[in-house]
Amino acid sequence: MKKKTPMDNTAEIEQEAMLHDIASILRTFVKEISNLIPILQMIQEKHHYLSPRALQMVAKHLKMSSSEVYGVATFYNQFRFYPPGKHQIKVCLGTACHVKGGDIILENFERKLEIKVGETTPDREFSIDRVACVGCCALAPVAIIDDTVNGHMAPSKVEGLILGFDIEKEREKREKQQSEAKQ
Amino acid sequence: MKQNSKEKLKEVFASIKMDAERRFREMKGDSSQNIFIGMATCGLASGATDVKAAFEEAFSEKGISARIIPVGCLGHCYAEPLVIIDRPGFPPILYHDVTPGKAKLLVKAFLEEDDPVFEHLLGAMEKNDLIPWIMDFARFNQEKRVVMANSGLLDPEDIYQYVAKGGYSALVKALTLEQEEIIHEIQDSGLRGRGGAGFLTHIKWQLVRDAKEKDKIVICNADEGDPGAYMDRTILESNPHQVIEGITISAYAVGAKKAIVYVRAEYPLAVKTTKKAIEQAKEIGLLGKGILGTDFDLDIAIFEGSGAFVCGEETALIQSIQGKRGMPQPRPPYPSQRGLWGKPTAVNNVKTMASIPPILNKGAQWYRGIGTERSPGTAIFSVVGNVLHAGLVEIPMGVTLRTLIFEICGGIPNQKSFKAVQIGGPSGGCLPGSSLDTPIDFDSLTQAGAMMGSGGMVVMDEDACMVDVARYFLDFTQKESCGKCTFCRIGTKHLLDVLERITRGKGRQGDIGLLEDLSLDIKAGSLCGLGKTAPNPVITTIKYFRDEYEAHIREKRCPAMMCRTLTAYYIDLDKCARGCDACVGSCPTESIFTTKNRKKGIDQTSCVKCGECMASCPPEYDAVRKVSPPELAPRIERPQETVTHG
Ligand SMILES: Cc1cc2nc3c(=O)[nH]c(=O)nc-3n(C[C@H](O)[C@H](O)[C@H](O)COP(=O)(O)O)c2cc1C
Ligand code: SF4
Ligand code: SF4
Ligand code: FES
Ligand code: FES
Repeated sequence: MKKKTPMDNTAEIEQEAMLHDIASILRTFVKEISNLIPILQMIQEKHHYLSPRALQMVAKHLKMSSSEVYGVATFYNQFRFYPPGKHQIKVCLGTACHVKGGDIILENFERKLEIKVGETTPDREFSIDRVACVGCCALAPVAIIDDTVNGHMAPSKVEGLILGFDIEKEREKREKQQSEAKQ
Repeated sequence: MKQNSKEKLKEVFASIKMDAERRFREMKGDSSQNIFIGMATCGLASGATDVKAAFEEAFSEKGISARIIPVGCLGHCYAEPLVIIDRPGFPPILYHDVTPGKAKLLVKAFLEEDDPVFEHLLGAMEKNDLIPWIMDFARFNQEKRVVMANSGLLDPEDIYQYVAKGGYSALVKALTLEQEEIIHEIQDSGLRGRGGAGFLTHIKWQLVRDAKEKDKIVICNADEGDPGAYMDRTILESNPHQVIEGITISAYAVGAKKAIVYVRAEYPLAVKTTKKAIEQAKEIGLLGKGILGTDFDLDIAIFEGSGAFVCGEETALIQSIQGKRGMPQPRPPYPSQRGLWGKPTAVNNVKTMASIPPILNKGAQWYRGIGTERSPGTAIFSVVGNVLHAGLVEIPMGVTLRTLIFEICGGIPNQKSFKAVQIGGPSGGCLPGSSLDTPIDFDSLTQAGAMMGSGGMVVMDEDACMVDVARYFLDFTQKESCGKCTFCRIGTKHLLDVLERITRGKGRQGDIGLLEDLSLDIKAGSLCGLGKTAPNPVITTIKYFRDEYEAHIREKRCPAMMCRTLTAYYIDLDKCARGCDACVGSCPTESIFTTKNRKKGIDQTSCVKCGECMASCPPEYDAVRKVSPPELAPRIERPQETVTHG
């Protein structure tokens, strides 16, 4: 058998903690089908995605089949089924942003991060999604990173934005090393 | 209602109103300087939070007493962040594009030294001798604010501000009337639903009221799935109480004790302001049990939609509240007969709901005086795209497209020419210049081939490719089709495939006819409005811009030079300045190389046609060219020795 690395271990602990939390979320909801979507929303809000195990738990709680729950969840654009990156990039492809070249912005993020829309980078730092009209078409084209709306996007701005995060990450790493060294 | 309970109702409200007015006076009184900052979605996106912080910092630094009031959307999104400064000795003044730096400047120059800084102001909110009044400008005076009358002028999270400005008095009036009388008033007003189809509101209400079943439900539809429209969410973000008041009146008129606001979870700010508004209304007895001392109870809940365009359709919306996949159901039975949980349900759009209080306050005749005979009242559009003054506009029905686009919204920027306007989102159509004199009302727009739809309006200049626009909308509807009807599911996919091949230069002879036939089949074979209207963008672009389709198919050329497979960029060696390398750094793919005589060239094999080099080439050289078909670009080989690795 393959030996477990410490990495596997933390991932497993995280999983367990998440499932534990989902169990307690479920307890706050009455077992009615009409609560299905609110439950899925609540889980996603806290854990950012719906894992297969989470969907199974929801199905059991509401006495539905897993495939029914999966069918409803996949119907709606809001739900995602894989963990997003630490930084979530959402490129607006609403009409106004499309007319102003939103797809070119999206491609630049994809090229820069070497992932496709809907994917997460292997280091789990970034994920890219597309959204439709975020309500500030006057600033088109628009990309949202985490909670910040970046208006009047241009391909050349993409690199700067990502570089900003990389620099921040480097700094954090250095600070962490320094504080560890002090101890 | 009995006479004495009517009196009691008015008394209860009078004390709420007095309280609101007192708070309002105190707010204005304790600091005579008020700063209103637009903090709806687009204000926040333009940096309103930093502007607010800059004002706060300047006040505390200088020990100035002034109050900051966060407000919603004024509709002038092109000029965000917007700030209104109201201080003694001056009319309230509206400032545009306020940055933190400008905020500090305004505090120093205006608040400390009484200089209103003319170069940063948009206008005064009231008529005066000193500063131009905003009502002297077309963007303001040609509008007619009914639904958005208080948008951007009050704090959406403070119910008292709404009450002090006359809010909830329509509810008081409604509660003194019989249900029939209210429905009659709505009938006389001629109000048609603003959710797209323009169905007469009173008919729906009458059906629900007359239904035998005792439990009835009212739903406010704030799903707003059009990917290019944002009025409904903005109304909820800016003045949620007007919507809540409308919902409450509607519930009273149809006899419902439960109402639901269906709003997208992706609109977190709208969800938050609406939640807060409901709580506040409950707290002071305007919602909940025994509203204003009467025996009318109403609970309003929020349901957060999960983002599916088809869920805006009323039967699909109801399915999704019931925890199912949002698939439309055959009608009849209509929701007014058997809706949510099988109960009679009145579904109305946000703007329809928000129109109710002004109608009751000012009367049906007043409302009929706005707009046209068959489409009374106002229309709200989010006018975006290639237009100078983009934002939300509320106009009387009947105004022409030309007036709206060119007078009110300032026309097309950058000296480009108008090409088309897309109205009604994925269900609507593209209208050309020859349709600009079409009046905006339900029937005229439908006749012209577009539709009022959701109220999204995207203005496009000469650089927009109509085939690509059709492809864009089909890509959207194809993804959003719920899959129930074969024609909608497979037909839209087929349409999309054909459109994609045309935009890639692989169009075939006969494709236009194929698109037309498919469109008719989809319209005929679909259950709900999504499928029935999905072909509209294709049909209208073929009707009005057939030559563009033909250029793509026959000459493999995109006349607007937007379809990337059919265009190429190159650098004009006669114009490129020796030694300049402004474009090199702008290229995301390192496709620009230096030629032997120290000018620049583009490597066509790696260029992704993003246009950055064109934007970065200094105007005095203006050396980057765009052509279609791509074969027109002269071939310049990348010299071997300049290839760099790493
Ligand atoms: C595909 C589709 C999407 C729709 N989306 C919306 C929407 O986002 N908002 C809305 O109010 N009505 C929408 N409607 C219309 C609703 O079905 C319904 O007619 C409307 O909410 C009734 O309100 P009204 O009478 O006030 O217009 C949509 C209809 C279809 C077919
Ligand atoms: S027309 Fe399309 S969206 Fe509407 S019910 Fe049929 S498949 Fe679903
Ligand atoms: S169009 Fe874009 S990718 Fe092509 S050369 Fe210019 S900057 Fe580079
Ligand atoms: S289309 Fe992108 S913000 Fe509206
Ligand atoms: S959202 Fe700010 S003016 Fe429109």
